[in-house]
Amino acid sequence: MSGFKGRDVISILDFTRSELEELFEYTDIIATRGVQSKPLEGKIMALAFFEPSTRTRMSFESAMKRLGGDTIGFTSEEATSIAKGESFIDTIRMLDSYSDIIVVRHKYDGAAKLAAEIAENPVINAGDGKQHHPTQAMLDLYTIRTVEGAIDGLTIGVLGDLKYGRAASSFILALTHYKPKKVYLISPPQLKPRREVIDIIREKGLPYKEEEKIEEVISEIDILYVTRIQKERFPDPEEYEKVKGSYKVTLDLIQRKAKKTIKILHPLPKTEEIDPRIDETQHATYYKQAKLGTPLRQALILKILQ
Amino acid sequence: MWSLLSTSEGLFVRRIREGTVIDHITAGRSLHVVRLLGLEGSNYTMAIVMNVDSRKLGRKDIVKVEGLFLNSEQISKISLIAPNATLNIIKDGLVVIKQKVKPPDIIEGILRCPNLSCITRKEGEFVKSKMRLVSTNPLIYQCIYCGTYIGEDDIVEMLLST
Repeated sequence: MSGFKGRDVISILDFTRSELEELFEYTDIIATRGVQSKPLEGKIMALAFFEPSTRTRMSFESAMKRLGGDTIGFTSEEATSIAKGESFIDTIRMLDSYSDIIVVRHKYDGAAKLAAEIAENPVINAGDGKQHHPTQAMLDLYTIRTVEGAIDGLTIGVLGDLKYGRAASSFILALTHYKPKKVYLISPPQLKPRREVIDIIREKGLPYKEEEKIEEVISEIDILYVTRIQKERFPDPEEYEKVKGSYKVTLDLIQRKAKKTIKILHPLPKTEEIDPRIDETQHATYYKQAKLGTPLRQALILKILQ
Repeated sequence: MWSLLSTSEGLFVRRIREGTVIDHITAGRSLHVVRLLGLEGSNYTMAIVMNVDSRKLGRKDIVKVEGLFLNSEQISKISLIAPNATLNIIKDGLVVIKQKVKPPDIIEGILRCPNLSCITRKEGEFVKSKMRLVSTNPLIYQCIYCGTYIGEDDIVEMLLST
């Protein structure tokens, strides 16, 4: 796995299937046995969260601390005062000199790529605008592999805001590394995946079909990946109002029409798109998914820094 | 000054001795080309011919400029706004170079990304835009930072607003 050393993590497409498999095998070891000693003692991770985050930020922080390293950084609320009008580029330069690795989240598309061009140390993209969220995509694949044993051959539904949701886009792109039986991209017409995403999955031969109603395809689905509508990324609030509440996965739908073995994933936080009664069923896989985030990020950080 | 001659076959503009003829410009884009080259209000003697028949394009525009020779950035810009254009470099009344423009594989700093959420559009950030060619027909570029596709209409709009 020497290919990971010192590497930036900007898009899930930067990795090959065999690299992902190696990462997952390493994550298996960390998830079951933990990490002995403090392999990253003395190393510092800068958490540059220019946009709000709870789970992703704490998951990175927890991962780094479990490896014996330390973290510095700021949250979105502090970002403005820290920057004091300073440019993003200068903030990244500063963090680069204070740390060994930078994790960056920003509302602007392409921010992590720019940060990686500026910083000498590795940069991990923790979400840039509507574009990429590669560690979430790694986690999504890893979760499916953990609960199903494999990703190839499954019928996967991706439901929700496929236009502005970076987790959804990254997950769809991540699936191009595998051979699912079928991928249903289910969204209201206004929230279909962007053309640049469709072009990639078409070019890579992913067997996909765009749908508008979950009810039409639910009976075929093994893994249902649900995302919330990304209200904050709509350029026009009226456009948001039109699609608000346009889809919902109910317990009734799952019990009446879905396979008994269906697993439901969600990058969280979830709002009203999943019936809360589903949380208590064997279908709810999102809490396990969130829990696996720390060992996966531990494995990734260790491979980049060690 | 050129004289516009009228014959039984139609209207034409006489040849130039030194300069550049930009032929096969997408019909309706000649004024954009003139603006893009910064020729508006300049002292160059020029002729703008619009909407003439073309075997290749159906209709086309032509711009002839006496005494002007284009640099590579200007040629790149023309290729973005008129991807089928042909440049004829004229010296001593003869065509010494005839070249078809070719949209570059990578363009840097020429075109602003139309996506307002792209990091290259963030206020106070001095980032040179960078785009890669996705397709020549239709002409499409892609921002390497935000992944946005930029089609011909956006290219024209962004070039002219820069």
